Amino acid sequence: MDDSLRELYQEVILDHSRHPRHFGPLDHATNSAEGYNPLCGDRVKIALIVDRNNRIADIKFEGRGCAISQASASLMTDMLMGRSLAEAEKLMGGFLHLVKGEDATDLKEDDREMLDVMAGVSAFPMRVKCATLAWHTMKSALEGGQSAATE
Amino acid sequence: MTAQPKKIEAAKFDAAAARADFAIFSKPVYGKPLVYLDSAASAQKPRQVLDAMRDFAESEYANVHRGVHYLSAKATDAYEASRRTVQKFLNAAHEDEIVFTKGGTEAVNLVSYSFLAPRIQPGDEIVLSVMEHHSNIVPWHFLRERQGAVLRWVDVRDDGSLDVEAFDAAIGPKTKLVTITHMSNVLGTVTPLKEVVRRTHAKGVPVLADGCQGAVHEIVDVQALGIDFYAITGHKLYGPTGIGALYGKRAHLKSMRPFNGGGEMIREVTLENVTYADPPARFEAGTPPIIESVGLAAALDYMNSFDREAVAAHEHDLLAYARDAVREFNWLRVIGDAPGKGAILSFETEGMHAHDVATILDREGVAVRAGHHCAQPLMERFGVVSTSRASFALYNTHADVDALIAALAKARKILGSA
Repeated sequence: MDDSLRELYQEVILDHSRHPRHFGPLDHATNSAEGYNPLCGDRVKIALIVDRNNRIADIKFEGRGCAISQASASLMTDMLMGRSLAEAEKLMGGFLHLVKGEDATDLKEDDREMLDVMAGVSAFPMRVKCATLAWHTMKSALEGGQSAATE
Repeated sequence: MTAQPKKIEAAKFDAAAARADFAIFSKPVYGKPLVYLDSAASAQKPRQVLDAMRDFAESEYANVHRGVHYLSAKATDAYEASRRTVQKFLNAAHEDEIVFTKGGTEAVNLVSYSFLAPRIQPGDEIVLSVMEHHSNIVPWHFLRERQGAVLRWVDVRDDGSLDVEAFDAAIGPKTKLVTITHMSNVLGTVTPLKEVVRRTHAKGVPVLADGCQGAVHEIVDVQALGIDFYAITGHKLYGPTGIGALYGKRAHLKSMRPFNGGGEMIREVTLENVTYADPPARFEAGTPPIIESVGLAAALDYMNSFDREAVAAHEHDLLAYARDAVREFNWLRVIGDAPGKGAILSFETEGMHAHDVATILDREGVAVRAGHHCAQPLMERFGVVSTSRASFALYNTHADVDALIAALAKARKILGSA
């Protein structure tokens, strides 16, 4: 098989997309936003609870989309759970660099390792937006916005 | 599918020979032969089209309808000759019934702005099918937003076919226009235009057809159809981008206000006033797509150099072959099985998103379209967010279908099911 395909659709990605973590509605969310990719019609909704210590106490996502967007949302919620908002910001910034094939030196080593499964998408420019949809939506939720669209 | 008698005709068309006219097929994709199954989005260009454009630009090019010099006269002749080629292609009665536009989208917008908008009062209705392309939806939403027009949507049957009775029933005393695709870009459904026109005219309502797909695969005769407007685009007809055309009945075009304002479309401009040229110039403001018009005419000549019935039979044969082959995949659902449909195969793949499928197919050299195909109301009707679509053109072969099937099997292997 084409190596870049193998890298894109590696087992971790497929596992996340088939068995997404933190999938479903969330009651009493403090922040939420909906993301939409007008190119393919995919939608994602992110809802989270930020506690008094500015930590993400709970986070869930809903929606449907391709394996890449679903896996990315699943991985993101998995990694953001329990983090402080400052840590979350850093992780989100690093991820966006990573999928565009840019340097992501500001990421912590273990975060980087976890996110590396998504790095393969940088070889598929038409698919980068699939990977970033959930992350842009998350950013919008934290900024108090209601919706995000891939630019 | 009435494939039996057509299969005999298909033999009369030599697709492999025609394929040699398209240089793009000699260039591999990811080291693999190109299997281009996205002609419904845009068709590849034969060298006859490219040569005609280059020859014209190198020997006869200047602006049209302006200068008195040699080249301007040559270019004007070529541009107007292209109009007559389009006229013949659609069998319009008069050459001034052909307006050049930048594509099918602009043709529909022209009807919306110049013909219908001045005739719309709040509550007036526009009847259209749910299988329209966004280009035949959004211009009518404009009239809904701005003038209070009401869009009356007519559903399609589960197999994607048009229910003419239901369509007829939607046309009422407030209907000001019926607009419908000649061939769905998603389902492949070919609509019974003649019957639609007959019933609609019986109620005194004009009809616009979006022929962007239809004109590629069907032989269009606007006079036999009796249709009021018919929109085409060049790039799906093996011609260049940036040019299309609107056929409009002479009386309609004469009654229409201008679209864009600028040079070329006026009779006289003074400090106080402006008067407008007659159609088609009235709707062709600014320097038109001159080289593209030559390319479009060459493309239509190219299509007419074949027995078009035989080409259609060839494309139907490919569709039938592909339709049969995908039956082996119990995880694949074809959307659109209307009788007599054109050479488009849209499908949903269980547990696999169309974009993932298209990415894997792509690495096999197989180009398909994945997404909502600019037809979101139709996607909603069939309960899907997106589909994959393989579309067939005159240069496709059975080997292309075989490659598609092999690539689909591979996609299944990679993406699997849970």
